[in-house]
Amino acid sequence: MTEDGTRPETDGGGWFEGVAPDDAEAGATRIREGRADAPADWPERAVASGFAADDEEYYDALREASLRAAREGAAERARADDQQLVHAVRAMDDAAAEANELAERVAEWAGSRYPDAGTGVEYARELAERDPESPTDERLIALAGRTADLADESEELREFIERETPEVAPNLAALAGPVLAARLVSLAGGLEPLAKKPSGTLQVLGAEDSLFAHLRGHAPSPKHGVIFTHEFVRGTRPEKRGSAARTLAGKLTIAARIDHYSGERKPELDAELQRRMDQIRGRGDDVDGTDEQSGGDEE
Amino acid sequence: MTDSSETGPSGTDLPEGVERRAFDGRDRLATRGEPVYGEPTDDGWRCWDAGRSKLAAMFESGMNVGLAGDETVLYLGAASGTTVSHVADFAGPTYAVEFAPRPVRDLVGVAEDRRNLFPLLKDARKPETYAHVVESDVDAIVQDVATRGQARVAVENRQFLAPDGRLLAALKARSEDVARDPEDVFEDALADLREGYEVLETARLEPYHDDHLGVVARPR
Repeated sequence: MTEDGTRPETDGGGWFEGVAPDDAEAGATRIREGRADAPADWPERAVASGFAADDEEYYDALREASLRAAREGAAERARADDQQLVHAVRAMDDAAAEANELAERVAEWAGSRYPDAGTGVEYARELAERDPESPTDERLIALAGRTADLADESEELREFIERETPEVAPNLAALAGPVLAARLVSLAGGLEPLAKKPSGTLQVLGAEDSLFAHLRGHAPSPKHGVIFTHEFVRGTRPEKRGSAARTLAGKLTIAARIDHYSGERKPELDAELQRRMDQIRGRGDDVDGTDEQSGGDEE
Repeated sequence: MTDSSETGPSGTDLPEGVERRAFDGRDRLATRGEPVYGEPTDDGWRCWDAGRSKLAAMFESGMNVGLAGDETVLYLGAASGTTVSHVADFAGPTYAVEFAPRPVRDLVGVAEDRRNLFPLLKDARKPETYAHVVESDVDAIVQDVATRGQARVAVENRQFLAPDGRLLAALKARSEDVARDPEDVFEDALADLREGYEVLETARLEPYHDDHLGVVARPR
């Protein structure tokens, strides 16, 4: 719509222009990729231009092309996005792990040469700025530079994940935070497999070692896997963490299912989770002892 | 809100192709077409449940939606196609816009059984991405998008609507702001809507849908 109310000439014209009447593939591509500044009486134009004999024929062609476009587009987007996230989160972890490992090597090497050598990625960054004074320095400082670059890449991957996850799984990202949401998708192997998992499985995703130790019969069952990094679990007093993890996992499971099966953002989920967490944390902290379950909660 | 006194819950003029029929001893809305989501059917008529469809709830609430049947319709926020399947049963060419890929898969299944339903995987906030497909001067825009800025979506899509066409929108308070009082949210949304429309009638869609406002409007 333009400000003065006139309709400008559409840039590409209707989706059917330049498309052969029986070429649903080309039509679908135009539907997916084309655009126009304003609508027009497309059925009439299609008949006038000879694309279709009458309205009915036009609508049949439109139906074929639009079905095809929607089918292809949906499959492509669904296939693409969650798997890209899986790769991104694994790459982020790999980059961070490698950066740390190389930083250790840099620190060890530097310790043999400089009395003031530090440790960690931060020291590698610092070292990377120095001017080499010998061929040995040159190698060490170059290695420090690579280490810093890897750490930067890991950081950029994190930013990418923070941008992308809400598109793929809006509710899960809102409840878990984008990075944890992406980790859960990654551990499950995709959004669909995650949506199909029971809440108890989601709760211990990432704690497989302890889970199998438990199943072999010589360890207690794990209370939480990667969801431990969520403030609602980590920030809850240890004896309430089991409840917190169970509740959070329940809501995250619902969020993953909504994201997979509907895709619609449900802000009310956030409020529900907050309310349940307040209850759980409130139980033990409640000095008035209004809750009968608060017995035996003292540190 | 505007008066709807002479059209009681059962007094709305239903479009051609929509009827009240008895299902399980209760009079409910129904359209004729291929079943889609396991809804009860009776002799080719499919029960149209107001609890699952905001447009059906607008009919049930006695709103004057101004549909006679056989209209050209632009449906924004078609989701899996439950409501849009009923619309396509009684309307003419029906363009169904939905942005989330998962529900579009189901929507395609619904469209495969209907000759007049065109699914579009597009973002209703970006009409320029489907203006080359959706024709101008549609008779009705049905809007049920769960995104912030629902009034904005209606205003931006007004370009598709015929001068005497109708906007039938279900505004969802929780999509704008979960914490605020729905009445305040609706008031703001209606103010935004009036930038492009004359609001003819509004009604809350309880008991069928909590915190939803049905709106009938025409372009101005």
